[in-house]
Order: sequence, then structure tokens, then C-alpha cells
Amino acid sequence: MTERTSITLTVNERAYAISVEPRRTLVDAIREDCGQTGTHIGCEHGVCGACTVLVDGAPVRSCLMFAVQAQGKAIRTVESLADGDELNPLQRAFMEHHGLQCGFCTPGFLMLVTGVLERHPEIGDEELIDVLSSNLCRCTGYQNIVKAVRAAAAELRRR
Amino acid sequence: MARPQTKTQHIGRSLPRLEDRTLLTGRGRFAADISFPGQLHMRVVRSSFAHGRLRSIDARAALATSGVYAVWAAADVADIPPIDFRLSRVAGLEPYRQRLFSTDRVRYVGEPVAAVFAEDPYLAEDAAELVAVEIEELPAILGACDDPGEFEPGLSTEPAILRKGYGDADAAFASAHTIVAATLSIGRHSGVPLETRGAIARYDAARDVLELHGAAKVPHWNRDQIARMLGRRPASVQLYEGHVGGGFGIRGELYPEDLLVCAAALRFERPVKWIEDRREHLIAANHSRQQQHHVRAAVDREGVILALEDEIFYDQGGYVRTHAATVPDLAVAMLPGPYRVPAYRASARIRLTNKTPCGTYRAPGRFESTFVRERLMDAVAEKLDLDRIEVRRRNLISKEQMPYARALDTLGTEIILDSGDYAGLLGKALAAVEWPALRREIVNRRKKGELVGAGVALFVEKSGLGPFDEVKIEVGGDGAVELISGSASVGQGMETALAQICADTLGVDYRDVHVVHGQTDRIERGMGAFASRVTVMTGEATRLAATAVRAKALAAAAELLQTPVGALDVVDGEVVRTDAAAGPSISLGALAQTLGPTANGRSPGESGLKAGGCFESRHMNYPYGVHVAVTRIDRATGGVTIERYLVAYDVGKAVNPMLIEGQIAGGCAQGIGGTLLEEFLYDERGEPLSVTLADYLMPTAREIPQIDVLICEDAPSPLNPMGLKGAGEGGANAVGAALAAAIDDALGLPNAVTELPITPQRLKRLIEESTLRRTSREA
Repeated sequence: MTERTSITLTVNERAYAISVEPRRTLVDAIREDCGQTGTHIGCEHGVCGACTVLVDGAPVRSCLMFAVQAQGKAIRTVESLADGDELNPLQRAFMEHHGLQCGFCTPGFLMLVTGVLERHPEIGDEELIDVLSSNLCRCTGYQNIVKAVRAAAAELRRR
Repeated sequence: MARPQTKTQHIGRSLPRLEDRTLLTGRGRFAADISFPGQLHMRVVRSSFAHGRLRSIDARAALATSGVYAVWAAADVADIPPIDFRLSRVAGLEPYRQRLFSTDRVRYVGEPVAAVFAEDPYLAEDAAELVAVEIEELPAILGACDDPGEFEPGLSTEPAILRKGYGDADAAFASAHTIVAATLSIGRHSGVPLETRGAIARYDAARDVLELHGAAKVPHWNRDQIARMLGRRPASVQLYEGHVGGGFGIRGELYPEDLLVCAAALRFERPVKWIEDRREHLIAANHSRQQQHHVRAAVDREGVILALEDEIFYDQGGYVRTHAATVPDLAVAMLPGPYRVPAYRASARIRLTNKTPCGTYRAPGRFESTFVRERLMDAVAEKLDLDRIEVRRRNLISKEQMPYARALDTLGTEIILDSGDYAGLLGKALAAVEWPALRREIVNRRKKGELVGAGVALFVEKSGLGPFDEVKIEVGGDGAVELISGSASVGQGMETALAQICADTLGVDYRDVHVVHGQTDRIERGMGAFASRVTVMTGEATRLAATAVRAKALAAAAELLQTPVGALDVVDGEVVRTDAAAGPSISLGALAQTLGPTANGRSPGESGLKAGGCFESRHMNYPYGVHVAVTRIDRATGGVTIERYLVAYDVGKAVNPMLIEGQIAGGCAQGIGGTLLEEFLYDERGEPLSVTLADYLMPTAREIPQIDVLICEDAPSPLNPMGLKGAGEGGANAVGAALAAAIDDALGLPNAVTELPITPQRLKRLIEESTLRRTSREA
């Protein structure tokens, strides 16, 4: 299993030439080989969603994808959201609505919501709850996350 | 120079958290984010039998694998003693402590039997599968209510029975108008933080310092234990807390894996990293909650309690870990709750079983005993045909009776309920949900065939466990304030709360306060973050330290500005005159520069703009609350929808209401999980069945309703000047009790819920029973 393949991953518009075993998960490659540790690992079996990143714009559990499968695709992680020190509207809304406590699940929620709002800016409340219920948070009880996402969605629609 | 006329107030305001920006931008440093050059990765080989004799371990194939550095088993760490108790030590428990590896017997699936150290985590996991472990299976003891068996020859699986009580319970039961009894069970579940455990140890031979990264909760205690167990000076072991992805009781306790990476880093002189995977977490880290209660109340004809009696069977799992008897101790001691209970007698049988060892989980002992007590109050109401609220009102300790000494102790402190207006808060909670209108609405909906009902539960929490907490504050030459605490952060927002207290006391902006926590090399001692103690203990220590820094600043400024201290104030980091609209001023940073070690002949001890504060407390304080739940049951599926949930909570003094609401809502969500969904199940051989997050069901955004939180400050604690009480556990405390009552009500079946979690399968059976009863009534 130790045969390695050379691939290039494009994370946040930056190319990383890395050498990985075929079995290496995308999340391990993002964290260990590309050094972007903002994406977290919560369960490694695709349930919790802490490792959610965007692959070609779609939210993906990066623990369920192999790094080699992501070659040639545009990967976006939590590190891409802020503009320097300037938080984006979604990050700001999480802060204003106390949508995070320990912060471990937060990058996954931010990327899940980013992907969904980019594709469905007019998403309805019920559908939004369904989307948010695909990730786990153990601290907040979710309602502040829901409020933050609604506020950010409204702001993005106004723009 | 223009200066603000009024000081910025921080305490009592829902200010944004100082922690958030780092976490929102992916710059957090959680355990897995820490790596050191040349590190080895540890993978633990675990028992796959619940109970058995360890016959042999053959590591030859693993050792022959390229990239494997070493494989360890019990013989390699025979010199390291078992992990000791941190709290609630009880005579007789010592032989049941856990060693780093199983020596001759395995006692739960998941018990460490060996560890592989390799160059890469994938390799380590591959090699761990090559370690051949031969175990001769023994019959497993899986129920704490079963007859005790043998832990090892000569040692029973019931090492101790805790007993607490006061008054003449026998006389009360003999003379009671009515005796109400119930058998009630709470399921096995736990904190399950989103971040699994992690530990990275590094030995720096040049400084002779062993570093452990990934620490949480109680870094100083763990430092002292690691030093003792490895035979090192405490000062040569340092622990470092980074970001912690949820605490909840489970995280940060000292576990075998923490010691293993430390011992390996010392012996190999290479950094050693261990990151737990989710399956390991669900079988190896502390479980909690599992208890069965046999409870009885003696009441008079008015429903007034004369005595309570309870016998608890507490399922400790395979070993007794750092919490020793903490959970059953709290369950027994806190069971009387907010009620006058003239006589009380309770015992808790601590029973070892062949399941994952247990520890604390948010509101330990209270989630369980509140469920039991409030179920019993509902049963008393039913038996005497009284209103459920009225029977509670008749038994509440009144405001005038405060402080109320309970004649019980817990966590080494006497229980003296320090302040409270229980009836007042109950009234506020019922008003907030418009209880009479809510009842009418429920009756109407039920007539139309809906299974809908409401439940109310009251509880007393505890917070602010001592004996001390210490804080050091220093203003730098740039005006930045560093606040160093021996406490810890588990994601609750303690940096923000402490910064708010410091800011108001000292006279600075809270954003200029940098809070350091969980670093054993920055402060000599500290108690850490548990038992809802941080805001109370570290908060008051912060106030004391900031008061001393302020006094020092004013004295120095008085000299420089030729102004009496009484005419000076600190406003937004600037010492200003209060007796004139204009005039000279000096910033705290500039003042700090004048207080250098060589300035004005000051001794080194007096140098710098800094001071320490230490708050000592021999008693806990007691916040309290009311939960109100409205549920609807789906007759076909047994699914429960929570239509409304209110938590009313008296916190004494709210430093940051937004953070308190967050604590309450989050705790409540965990309580809902433990009440409706979460359960660690085992098969008949002790094989765990809940080993992924697809089997162990935690609530999602779909299951958690809006939690309304009513924060009150009617009963400030007299035990600290700000009146602070803790807020970490009140959200979880009464969820099992309130939802059980609401479900009983919805079913029209009093005393129906006797077991948590109320899973759809169990609820379906109750729905059938309810339907049967209704049919027979109608017939």
C-alpha cells in the first residue's frame, strides 16, 4: 500500500505538488500535505461533516474522497473565506449570532453553507434546516447557526 | 486631549467573543494540528473481548513492517503505576484503577493491550492489525443490577457503597399518609465532543523538559500526575492546551494514551503523536450516566414530602478512572434538589461491568437524579390527584429559608444552598410560556386526537467549586493587558468572560485583554475548567488581580501627575483626572514603562504594572432553574417533536448573557440527545454496537427546536462580590425530566416513562399501552 502517486491539488487557487498513496484521504492531504489545518476530522466515516470542503463548488466530505480523485479540481477550504483580516458576511454572521463555541465543527458548517448559498441563494427555511442537519455540532444546539445562516443569506441576497 | 466622558461597561453585555475570529478563519490549533519534526505516530491495539484472560501478544509481524519503530505492551510500562483519582476518592476503589495496558485480564472492548509506534499514521494502523492478541474469553458482566461477580480473585465487582442521608427516614415512612415508589433508569451516553482526543508528547533533552500538547480541562493536575507516574520533577513536565473541540466532562481527563505518548517520547527521544479515531473514542473514552434508581417518597395527605429514600445501581464500566465516585456522589447528594426533604437516606452501589469505564458528563449525577426526583414528584401528584405544579410549590424551599444547609456533602464540600427564589423562578417560567393558555390549547388539541403534552421540571445546579483559583495580570509597555490563568478553555468562551471582568475592573477595552490559559509554564498552579467553576472562581480571581493592578497604576500615576489617587480614574486604558474636564493624563502602557525594574530604585518584586489575585472558596454556590417542554408524538412512528422548550435559569449575575444563553441552549441540545436518541448499546457478549456516529445518534439541526432561555439575576451568590454563579450545566440538567413529563402528558399515561433514552421503539410500546387503556376506558 505504500506506492505513491504524484498529483497536484489546487487548494484555494494555489497548486500543491504532492506525492500520496492512492488510499490517502483528501482531508489528510489537505491537512498534512498542503498544511491547511482549518479543515477538521471529526469521524472519518462521513457522518459529522467537520471535514466539509468545496470541490468544484460542491460541498464534499473530504474524509470520504481520496486525494487522487481531487486532482484537477478546484478545492476550497475555510482558509479561503476571509479577505485578509476582513471576515466575509457568513463568518461575520456566525460571530454576531454566537453560532460557534468550541469552533471545531465551524469550518465544516461554513463550507457547507457557502456551497449551498452559492448554488441556491433563495433557499427556503425548511430546506435550509435539511441542509444544516447534514453536519453535527455538539456545542451550540444549532439554532444560532440557523440564525447566522439566515442572516448571511439575507445579506448576500441584498448585495 | 479629548477623552471619553463615560467608561465603557463590559459586564452584563452580550459582547462578541474574542475567540471567534481565529476559529472562523481556520487558524485554530486543535490537537491534530500540532506536529513536530521527526514525530512517531502511535496506534493503540485494543481488546476485542469484553472480558477475558490475556494469553499472549505476538508483535513479530508488526515489528517486521518497514517504518515500524516499536511495539509496546504491559511489560514495557510495568514501572508506571495505575492512573489515580482526581476527585471523590472513596476507600476501596484503588485496586480498580486502570493501568496503561491490560496486564492479565481485559475488562472491556477497547481496553489498550499494546501500542504500535511508526513513522506514519497509516503505517501504524496497518501494523496494529498485524499484532496478534490471544485472549481467552470469560463470561462478561454487563448489568450493574446483576449480581456482583469477581473483578479479580478476591475482589468483588462492587467495591463500595456510598451512603448519605440525615433525619429519621424510617419514622417518616412508618407514619406517612402515602408512599410513592418508582424504578427509574438512565441510559449510557456521553459528551462525545466533535474533536476526538489527541496527545502529542515531546522530550527536549537540552532543557530536560517533557512537553505534552493537546492538554485540556485540568492541565496542572495532569502535569503533576504525569510527573509523579514517570518519576520526574513537576517542573520538568509542561502541558500546553491549544484549542479544545468540546469538553463536556470527558475531554482532558488523564487517560492511558496520555501517559503512553509521554513515556514513549522520553524513551525514544522522539516526539510521539496520537490522534484518536471516532471508533476508538466511542469505546475507549469515558462513557457516563448509566444508573438505575429504586426511589421512594413518604408524603403526607397534602403531598408534602416527609422523607425520600433511594438506592442507586451505578454502572462504572471496566475500571474506576480519574473521577472515582464523583458521579454517584453527586447523584446522591443533589437528588433532593429544590425541595424541603426533612429526612433522606440514599445509597449508591458502585458496580464494575465489562463495558467502557465511565466518568462525568455535563451535569453529572444531576441529569440522572433530576430525572428521578421530578418523575417522583409527578408520581406523587398523580397518586394524590394533585396538580403537578402545585405539588412542587408545596415542597419548595422558600426564599426566606436561604441559606439552606442540606446536611449533605459532595465533592468534599458541605451543601449549603447559598441563595435562591425557587418559587419566584417557577412563576416566571410559567408566565413566560403562558402556562394556563398552553394547558387549554393542549387539552383542545388532544380532543382532536393529537398526542401532545407539556412537562415541567425543577432543578438545583452547583457551580464555583474551589478551593482556589489564581490569576496574574500584567500591562505591557504597549498597553496590552495579559491575563494569565490556571484555568482552561473547552470552547465555552471563558477568554471573553474573563476579559470583560478584567476590562471593567481595570478600566480598559476588553479587546485589549489577552487571556492565557492551560499553559503550565506560565503560572505555577491552577484548577482548570470543570464543575461550572471558571466564571465564578477565575472570574473573581480576575477581579482581585485587576483591582490590584488598578491600585498600582493609580498610585504610580498620582506621583507622576501630582494628583491625589482619589481624583484619578482609569478610562479606556488611560489614567485621567476625574475632578477636571481637561488636564494631564497617562496611558497604562506609558505607566508600565515607568515601572521598569531599574526605574526609581524599585526592587525587582515591585517592578512592572502587574499583580496577582487568588480567590479561595470552601463552598460551592447553587444556581437553579426550571425546564418547560411541549412535545408532540407521532402515533405511527414513535417519533417525538419538541414544539417548545424553555429554560429559566438564575445565574446570580450574568457576565455575558449571549454566552450564557449559548451554554444553556447547547447543554439542552445534549440533554435532548441523551433523552431521545443517544445510547451506547452492547450485545450479550459485551460487544459495543454504537461504534460510529451512524449508530450513536446525536441530534442534528432537525431535532433541536428553538430553546428559549430566560436568564434571571434574582439570587446573586453571597459567596463572591459580583454574585456570580456558573452556567455550564443547567441547560442539560432537567431535560430528561421535563421531556419525560411532557411525553407522559401527551400519552395521557402518568408514570409511563421510566427509562431513558425514550427511543421510538420504547415509545411505540407506550403508545400501544396508551391506546389499549383508552380503548378499555371507552369500553
